This record gives sequence, C-alpha cells and structure tokens, in this order.
Amino acid sequence: MESKIKIKINGETVEVEKGTSMLEAAKQVGVIIPTLCYHKDLCVAGNCRVCVIEVVGQKRLSPACATPCEDGFEILTNSLKVRNSRKYILELLLSEHNADCTRCYKNGNCELQRLASEYKIMEQDFIRLVPFKNYTIDKFSPSIIKDDSKCIRCQRCVRTCAELQGVNALAVAFKGDQMKITTFFEKALNDVICTNCGQCINHCPTGALVERNYIEEVWDAIADKTKHVVVQTAPAVRVGLGEELGFEPGTRLTGKMVSALKHLGFDAVMDTDFTADLTIMEEGTELLTRLKKVLVDHDPNVRLPMATSCSPGWIKFIEHLYPEHLDILSSCKSPQQMFGALVKTYYAQARKINPDKIISVSIMPCTAKKFEANRPEMHDSGYRDVDYVLTTRELAIMIKQAGIDFNRLEDMHFDRLMGESTGAGVIFGSTGGVMEAALRTVYEIVTGREVPFEKLNIIPVRGTEGIREVSVKIENPLKEWAFLDGIELNCAVAHGLVNAKKVMNSIISGQTNYHFVEFMACPGGCLGGGGQPIPTSPEIRQKRAEAIYAEDAGMPLRKSHLNPEIIKIYKDFLGEPLSEKSHHLLHTKYVKRGM
Amino acid sequence: MKTNFQLKKVDFIFNNENDWEEVLSKNLNRSRQDIINELISSELKGRGGAGFPTGLKWKLSADANDETKYVICNADEGEPGTFKDREILSKVPFKVLTAMAICAYVIGAKEGYIYLRGEYFFLQPEINNAINEFEYYCKEINFDFSIKIFMGSGAYICGEETALFESMEGKRGEPRNKPPYPSSYGYMGKPTVINNVETMAHAYTICNYGAKRFYDLGVQYSRGSKLYSVSGDTPKPGIYELELGMSLSDFVDEFGDGDTKAVQVGGASGFLVPRKKFNETTIGYQGKLTGISLPTGGSMMLFNSSRSMYNVLDNYLVFFHEESCGQCTPCRVGCQQLLKGIKSVKNGQKNAQYLDKLLQLAETMQFTAKCGLGQSVANSFSSIVENFREEMIY
Repeated sequence: MESKIKIKINGETVEVEKGTSMLEAAKQVGVIIPTLCYHKDLCVAGNCRVCVIEVVGQKRLSPACATPCEDGFEILTNSLKVRNSRKYILELLLSEHNADCTRCYKNGNCELQRLASEYKIMEQDFIRLVPFKNYTIDKFSPSIIKDDSKCIRCQRCVRTCAELQGVNALAVAFKGDQMKITTFFEKALNDVICTNCGQCINHCPTGALVERNYIEEVWDAIADKTKHVVVQTAPAVRVGLGEELGFEPGTRLTGKMVSALKHLGFDAVMDTDFTADLTIMEEGTELLTRLKKVLVDHDPNVRLPMATSCSPGWIKFIEHLYPEHLDILSSCKSPQQMFGALVKTYYAQARKINPDKIISVSIMPCTAKKFEANRPEMHDSGYRDVDYVLTTRELAIMIKQAGIDFNRLEDMHFDRLMGESTGAGVIFGSTGGVMEAALRTVYEIVTGREVPFEKLNIIPVRGTEGIREVSVKIENPLKEWAFLDGIELNCAVAHGLVNAKKVMNSIISGQTNYHFVEFMACPGGCLGGGGQPIPTSPEIRQKRAEAIYAEDAGMPLRKSHLNPEIIKIYKDFLGEPLSEKSHHLLHTKYVKRGM
Repeated sequence: MKTNFQLKKVDFIFNNENDWEEVLSKNLNRSRQDIINELISSELKGRGGAGFPTGLKWKLSADANDETKYVICNADEGEPGTFKDREILSKVPFKVLTAMAICAYVIGAKEGYIYLRGEYFFLQPEINNAINEFEYYCKEINFDFSIKIFMGSGAYICGEETALFESMEGKRGEPRNKPPYPSSYGYMGKPTVINNVETMAHAYTICNYGAKRFYDLGVQYSRGSKLYSVSGDTPKPGIYELELGMSLSDFVDEFGDGDTKAVQVGGASGFLVPRKKFNETTIGYQGKLTGISLPTGGSMMLFNSSRSMYNVLDNYLVFFHEESCGQCTPCRVGCQQLLKGIKSVKNGQKNAQYLDKLLQLAETMQFTAKCGLGQSVANSFSSIVENFREEMIY
C-alpha cells in the first residue's frame, strides 16, 4: 500500500511517497543537491558522497541519493556540517584527479569541474596524489580513449556497461588506493569484449572516458584544396546537435546543420538518410527472399528471424557473444558504410571526380561507427569507404571553432544525388525506426497497399520499452507473394544491449518465433547514441525521439521506395535490390570474434 | 561507582559443561518468542565490535515476512590484533553451530553459512567434521537445517556484513547502502541474521543457562563477559574471557609490563588510550559511567614507552589505505591523505598545523564514509594524534 509521509527539508514541510529518496524529495521543493555518482539511467551507488545531507538528530550524514525519506525526518541540505563535508569530499576528489582542465577534452562539460567551480575550491591543501599513481591512458581503440588519471571512481561507466549494455567491459579492480576501473586483465579496450557503443562516455561525469576525436584530421582535409571532402549526416544528429549549441533538447535543426556544414567548408553535404532508405530497399528485399527460402523452399541453410545490421555496437556484440548465430544477421551494411561505398563509386562517377581525391566524412551519433569505418572489410569501393567518423559532439566543436553563429544560419538543403530522403530514413535514428520503415515498404511490396496503420505511424514499435513486439497479418497479397497469405509477420524491437541479449536468448531457446528483429545497441536507438550530446537521460531521449517523429511526419515522402534518388540509383547504377553490384558494394560479412 | 571494579575472569565460552545436543533439543522445544525474550533480557550485544542488541536482531529477522531466510556466522576475523574467533571455532565449534541452529529455528531459516576468514583455511577440515556430525544429529531429531562454510579471500572489508553478502554472492566485496538492513535484505536479498562467532557462542550460553547468569555479569549497558585478544607489550599475551565494564587501569595492572604507555582498544579501527586516561576509561558499549566507555571487538594492544606512536599510526594507516574497498571517496582518498599527510608533517614538508586539517578530514570521514571501515579510521587517527601530537611532529 502506497502511503504519503511528511518530512521537513530546510524547514519546509513536504509530503512525499514513502520510499522517495531524499534527493527526489528535495527536488520537489526546489532544492538541488549536487551529485556525481548518481545518474537517472542507472541504479543508485551512493559512493561519491557528494550528495550527503544532514538528518537532524543523526550524527552521521546520509547520502541523499541512496537514503529513503522516513516519516518525520528533518533534513538539512546546506548546514555548516554538510557544506564543510561536501567541500572536503570535493577537495579529496580533486586531489586524486588530474585536474589539468585546460588540456582536457571535457573542459567545459565536466561535472567535477562544475562542482569545483560552484564550491570555489580554491585552496588545495591536500597532497596531490596524481604523481604517486601509475596512471595509464588507453588510446588503442579507434572509438574510445580511457584516461585513468581523470577517473573519480564513481562507477557510472561500470554500471552503464553492466546494466544498460550487459557487456561488462569495464569493471572495478583492486582495492584501497589501487582501486580502479579497468578491463579484463587490464587489457586495452580494443582487445576486450567492448562494443565501442560509447555509452560509458555518455555517462562519464569527467574526462576519463571520451571519444577518440578526428577533428584536426577533418580540418586538414578541408584545408587541402586537392581533396574533395564529402560529408554525410546520420538521422539522429539533427535532433541532438542543438543541445551542444544552446538549444533545448528535441530542437530540429536539419536546415541549419546543413548550412553550418557548408560554412565549415565541406565540398558536398549529403544525407545518411538516403542510404537509410537504400538499406530498407536492400534489407526489405532480403527479408522477403529469406521468408521465401524458409517458407516455400525449406532451405536448410537459411534461418529466421532476420536481424537488422545497422548498429555497429550490436554487430560487434553478436560477433563476440553469439558467434554461432551470425547467420541471422542481414548482410546489409549499415547506412554509413553503404554511403561510403557509394561516394567513391556512384558519386565519383556522376561528378567525374577521381575517388582517390575524395575524403569521405560522416557525422554520427555514435562512437562504434568509428570502429566500423575502420573494419578492414569496409573497402569495397577500392578505397577506405569512410575516412573519418565524427560524433555529434565533435561536429559541435568544429562549429564553435569556426565561429559560426548557428542561430543566424539560413536553412539549406542537402546536396543532390545522395541527399534526398524520406521520413522512413529519418526514423532510423530512433529505436523501432528501422522496423517501422521496413514494414512501410515491405508490406506495400507484398500487398500493393499501405501498411494498415493510421497515417503510416506504426505506433506499437515506437516507445521506450526495452523490448517491443508487433505482429502484422498479411492478407490478400499480390500474386507473386501468395505464399505469405494469412501469415502473421512477427516482429520485435530491442534497444540497449542488455535487451538484445534477452531477445537473442529467447530466439536461441526457441521461446519466440520472430520473423524480423530490429536491434540497436544504445538506449533509445541512435538518438541516445554514445556520440550524442552529454548529458543524457530518459527525458532528453524522449525529446529527441519526439523530434525525430515530428521530422518524419512533416516529410512529403515517408516510404523509402518512393525516394526519387533511390529510384534513380537503381535505374542508373545498381540495377535492382540484391543485384550483383548491390552485393558487392552494399553487403558485407561478419567475423566470428567469440570471447 | 565502578572505579574499584575488580577484574573478573569468566569461563563461559570455553567450558564444556553441557552437551550441545541437549541444549539444541531443549531450545527447539521452546517457543520462538521465548528465546527472543531470553536474548533481549540478557542484553547481549554484538561481539564483533558494533554492539547491536542480538535479541533485537533475531527478532527483526523473525518478523520479516519471507519464505527464505539465512543465518550467517561472521568468522572473517580480520581486525588487527584479534584472534579470539579462531580459538572459539577450534575449541568449541559445536556451541557456534548450535547457536546458529537455534537462530535458524527462531527466524525460520533452513540454511546457515560460516564465512571463514581466508587465512583460516587450516580450520576448515575440523569445522567441516563438526558440521557433518552436527547435521547428522539435526537429521536425527528431524530438524531441517544445513550449514556450509564459505571461504573468504583475504579482504578486510568483507568482514563488514553487507560486503560479506556481496562476496558470498560472487560479487566484488563492497559494502551496500543501508537501509535496507540485513534483517530485511541480506544475503541474496533475503532476511538474514549475521552474527559474530563470539556472539553466537554467548547466545549458546544464554540459551543454555538462561539470561540471568549472563546479565548478572558486567555493568549497565554492558552485560555479560567478553573475550579479549591481548597482545603487544605484555608478559602474558593470549585470549581471556573477562567481565565487561572493567576499567582500563585494572586491565593494565593485570596485563601490562609495568611500563605501559598506551593501549589500543578495539584494533586498528578502535581507540588509543594514553596512560593518563586509563583510570577514566572503561570497556563496554555505551553509557557514561566514570568517563569514556569504549566498545570493542576484543583486541587489546599494549604499547610500552619504547614504542613510537607515529609508527603505530603509520602502520594502521598503511593497513587502511590498502584495505579500504576504494568505493567511496572519503575512505579511499581520505586514507591516502591521512597516511601521506602524517609523513609530510613528520618530514617537515607540511607544518604542524596541517595535523588540524587532517583531524578535520578524519572527522569528515566519520560523518560521510559509506561503511564502518571509513567511519572508524578517525577513531585511531584522532585518538593518537590528539594524545601524542608531539610524536607526530618530532
């Protein structure tokens, strides 16, 4: 039975649900208690102790994040004892932290720095412990840099990797002064089971975990007049970028973003949404082919469900954890890599540019994309298909460095040839989006009719539930697809690798009977990606998702197969979905990585 | 009142007057409430050092509404200077097992564990033999209860009850947030009674003789007897069972070498008492008898005038800065700062006033650390620095 209790916070009486944490209760009366190890996405740890508060009558202070209110409690959040303790704790953290702020990538967006500034920790009497430690910087991953000297041991990354992703690449090792966050046998992140998803970066309060940035490389390429620098932008970037530039979460800035990219000096600004539409054509056709092989031909070498393959974090995850089940993956490359392969072939031919001279850059909400672009097999154009991957955050840095007043930019359109997209391409940025886009096209191919959901909005696959299911019944298909008549197409959507694991286990154990499953590594899908602006929270991701779906709703075309540039590329270059050329450029193979 | 308290040796724990079989059978025929009341009226308090009333602990778990409950005996005896639990387990293991079974009966548990300190691996075969014999008897009398030994791996922090649960669950031994407390959310998230080895042994005594014989010993707030691990500069180191409430001067008269400068009561996490305060200090759990009353897990380390208190403190801090689990800021960083801090004062890199900052730091650790380890570092630090400040500087 839920019951209300009364407590006093700094003298003000407030009624809260029993079990409410003191942190939440304080928020209700407008009192903000500083935190470091606390994160809304994660379980409560209560280990940084920055949020300690005083319960009148108790000698010891309590961590506000981890202590439930009890009836009659009188809480002081700013007593002398609390203030002094908090200052000491901050001083202690700073004494162990490599507080070389001006040389830190997170300078300006560091929670420890912000608290140090708020509490004016000017005198630092405590002995600096950094020189006594054998701190290392792990720079071997193409995606993530881990600098132990910046770590405050809040374990947010550890909880992220375990609770959101089920990967456990990062864990606590050793004790006392030696205690640290590290990997299996202290190997480099590149050598352990790490999916490069970057969620640890998104949840790190300091600069201990950051993306490996390629900002200078891209500036160099832009400055090189012999190079033709092409940039593609992923769907989730346009709804996240604003947060880095002073806009509210969920602000849609597609036109301004394109404009900014042109101002930065890119020679062509095109859209990953275009290859998202292309992915739907290839993947949708692949799905139908597989369905036929299983249901009609009873081909023993083909298996259902078919799993999506656009999320590189998910791909590395399944390669490590389920190496015997790689055959369920669609062979489609991700939209980024399809784009890369086409830029140095189709685009180069059409624009009569030597592919040798093209530098292909992508702006992604993702750090795993950096790893993906670096995979040795991603050279189907004859060159490295994508040269540099920047995160949304890196793009924002470049915009600021270039002195662009983002607010004053005029909206501009993506360049032609590979810049047109549909609403179906846009929603790739959200969990459930690939599924929805695929269903819009596949259903129409099979039946000749629009998917039976109002205004094409397949609401059951949208939302924030970790795993969602939808079944679509196929009735009166076109003659060619008669074998699908009456079939319930069972589809599922999973986001966050911990949910991917659950779905994989249910597939393997035979508990579920899916035909098609969408997997995305990050909570919320790409819009919650590891390369998106920091901070992240369920509310922020919700805002970004709303923006994505609003963008979709406002598009004149919302089905991939209607994209005129898609029609054109098949006519002029690829032939048809799953053609030999498509196979060569747009499809890939996977690696059994195992443990 | 008790200034002339005589040091009284007691022989409860190691005597073998009664058959444990009889004690067990007798108690299994009593009502649960009856046993709880007996324990509550004996005023037995936890002998691990924290001093939580044992009867109340059992009652809270008994009242918890859950099918599965556990009894755990904490034998992770890790406090420097403590070696009594080892002796209990090797000499009178059946008392501990019997008390665990009675506790299981009272709270409704079917499984018990002994969390044995890693370094006590040599005790394992003997205790296992005892467990086999004990379980055989339980079967005979149709009492469904089994006991297993869980070996610790050497971390001091795993003696902290919630870190101990984490360790048993196969996780890193880190203390949990409290609340929830073990009585409702312990091992595997189930209601759990966790008692120190000696507490179990005393519970056996009380269940055997009744509360009164126990209660009649000791003083107000500190009833019964206690095992002391006596070490340091003493002609007769060893384990002694003494009545609670003794004054430290009586203790030093008995165990000192005539040149006792200070006594560390309660191990590295306890307090250092200088000679001038022997008279006013009594050993017990609470209350203001004639001066300071110190709780203790039973470690009594005597230091004579040849000992440098700086070295003693340095030794403790080296221990703590290694044995902190490293989870919470005040303990992990605080211990490092205290250790490096006293070194800096000693070698002149920091001035003597820096000790005051360190005393404040120790106090902050006491207020803000997550568990008993970090909270109690201040005990030895402050009592040594305040009483022997000159030794810290020169």
